[in-house]
Amino acid sequence: MITLRNLHKSYHTEAISLHVLKGINMDIEAGEYVSIMGASGSGKSTLLNILGILDTYDEGEYLLNGTLIKNLGEKQAAHYRNEMIGFVFQSFNLINFKNAMENVALPLYYKNVSRKKRNLIAMEHLDRMGLKDWAHHMPNELSGGQKQRVAIARAMISNPKIILADEPTGALDSKTTEDVMNVLTELNKTGITTIIVTHEQSVAAATNRIIHLKDGMIEYETRRDTRPGVSTTEPVMHASPNPSDRGESETEILINNKP
Amino acid sequence: MGRGYANNMLDHLQEIFITLSKNKLRTTLTGLSVSWGIFILIILLGAGNGLKNGVTSNFSERAVNRVNLWSGSTSMPYQGLKSGRNLPFSEKELNVIDNEVQQSELITPRTQTNQTVSFGSEYGAYDIYGVMPAYRDIYKLEIGIGRFINELDVKEENKVIVIDKKVEDVLFKGKSALGQYVKVGQVMFKVVGVNTKKERWGSTAGYIPFSTAQLIFNPNKKFNQIAFTVNGLDTKEKNEKFAESLRRLMGRSLNFDPQDKQALWIDNAQADYLETIKIFGAITLFVTIIGILTLIAGVVGVSNIMLVSVKERTREIGIRKAIGAPSSSIIKSIILESIIITAIFGYIGMILGIGLTELINYIMEQSANAQASADGPQMSIFKNPTVNLGYVYFSTFVLIVAGVVAGYLPARKAVKVKPIEAMRQE
Repeated sequence: MITLRNLHKSYHTEAISLHVLKGINMDIEAGEYVSIMGASGSGKSTLLNILGILDTYDEGEYLLNGTLIKNLGEKQAAHYRNEMIGFVFQSFNLINFKNAMENVALPLYYKNVSRKKRNLIAMEHLDRMGLKDWAHHMPNELSGGQKQRVAIARAMISNPKIILADEPTGALDSKTTEDVMNVLTELNKTGITTIIVTHEQSVAAATNRIIHLKDGMIEYETRRDTRPGVSTTEPVMHASPNPSDRGESETEILINNKP
Repeated sequence: MGRGYANNMLDHLQEIFITLSKNKLRTTLTGLSVSWGIFILIILLGAGNGLKNGVTSNFSERAVNRVNLWSGSTSMPYQGLKSGRNLPFSEKELNVIDNEVQQSELITPRTQTNQTVSFGSEYGAYDIYGVMPAYRDIYKLEIGIGRFINELDVKEENKVIVIDKKVEDVLFKGKSALGQYVKVGQVMFKVVGVNTKKERWGSTAGYIPFSTAQLIFNPNKKFNQIAFTVNGLDTKEKNEKFAESLRRLMGRSLNFDPQDKQALWIDNAQADYLETIKIFGAITLFVTIIGILTLIAGVVGVSNIMLVSVKERTREIGIRKAIGAPSSSIIKSIILESIIITAIFGYIGMILGIGLTELINYIMEQSANAQASADGPQMSIFKNPTVNLGYVYFSTFVLIVAGVVAGYLPARKAVKVKPIEAMRQE
């Protein structure tokens, strides 16, 4: 589904040049449930932007569903975003002058679906999120958890293959976080590739694969085997394998990136 | 997909109208600056036009190329003659002007005598002018009933009279005077015509053939007014030169010093008109400048609000991009929004402005009519304060273009901002 090969990205300002991503290699299969963790400045948001075709990269390759995402025109990028990817954001990013249903329906506007039809579809998605009764409320009348569920419904309405969530629970309390994570987990179970950027261990723990970023490189990765009967977390090695621990709990294995 | 383009367009428009109506303050502010700009522009242009029309209409009451000569009395001794001599005109001067003043066209003398005019038991004291047929064109009389004095009347010294409408009203009490005989002084005159012009300036009068007047009321054959039209005096310099040579010519004929301003009074409407035209030029320029400034103020207002509103919408633009909106679609929406706002509110401003100028025009016409039926002279300095619609459309168009440009530039910039960054703007 997603293949990154030696991905580099730098930001240039007048004063400084910042090398943010320094050769990222990553394969994410269809249906995977992945979280990306790292301190601020580790490049995780940049990586998410590139995955979401919201930003470009300098070097390397990004294959999305077999298509090379590089040097895309504005229209093509918008097209792939619309077809493939649903976004969920920390600050919900609902349009505040549109009610819940209109917010959910908006992506279909850009797919030229008629108003009547897209509102109907939006209601179905809201229903699935348990928000049918809130369809005609404005965002400022909704709680944080409700807003995020509206945002997820909006991400889902164009039937994306991938959900990209940028700190989806960053603005929520622990109880609501759990609710939202349950929703995302359920979505993942329907076969949608789900990628969550987070700095919360508890959020990452809900996913099956945790990619740790540090200084623009993948520091290490942990993987939880979800095969029936196997409940252990299986470390995954990247460069030079150096397994050291295979305990019952989630295990982190340092990957030797340094020469 | 697979739906008609018109249907699609309707959906886009609906989406834009929803956006506009949900952001009432922004929409209203933008719209008001457009409406106000157009409104003020129309009022200003209307006021300028009203002033112009008003003053022009005063001139159109008489021939603008008319020169009036009044006899005076000398204030300087000349060639052994003492000062203080009265110098009335005689037919000699009439011929001098007719033959030697190249610029002269129509010409008429005017004798003046105040007589009691009566019909039956009704009577009144009116000025009786002895004039030539050209008088009608020089003073732009409107003979609504009958005819004016003609050449034959002058030749045969006919006792015919043309009277002003007000005289007819007094003497005939609403009945037609045409063909009736009135007594002027001690002589009976046949009424051959009625001057129906709404006289704003002078008194009520009767007009009789010059020759008849000379015969009956003017035994010494002297008179003190000559009016004639001139041609080709289109600059101030030419008019000044003309007045000078006219003075010399008349000085020779009447024996006075050409420097003696009191011996002959020259009233040159042409020169006055040229002066007024100059003032018009200034008024027009003034109104145009104010109009342009108003338009610029409107453009700045619209641009400013568009700039701010797009900036304010950076986050919304980011969200729309993230959920799959192509930049072109976003820019298109913003431009359409500004076109719709400026067009609708421009139209409102136009309606209000034109409505107000038409209302003022209506009120003024009403009061002018009321005044016309009342006695006393009147003069309008303000008339028909309406505006050429072309200017209005042009101004609205300029504001629309300004709105489009002012919407497009920041929108283009805004859609270039990365969605994630745009959305992080709170």
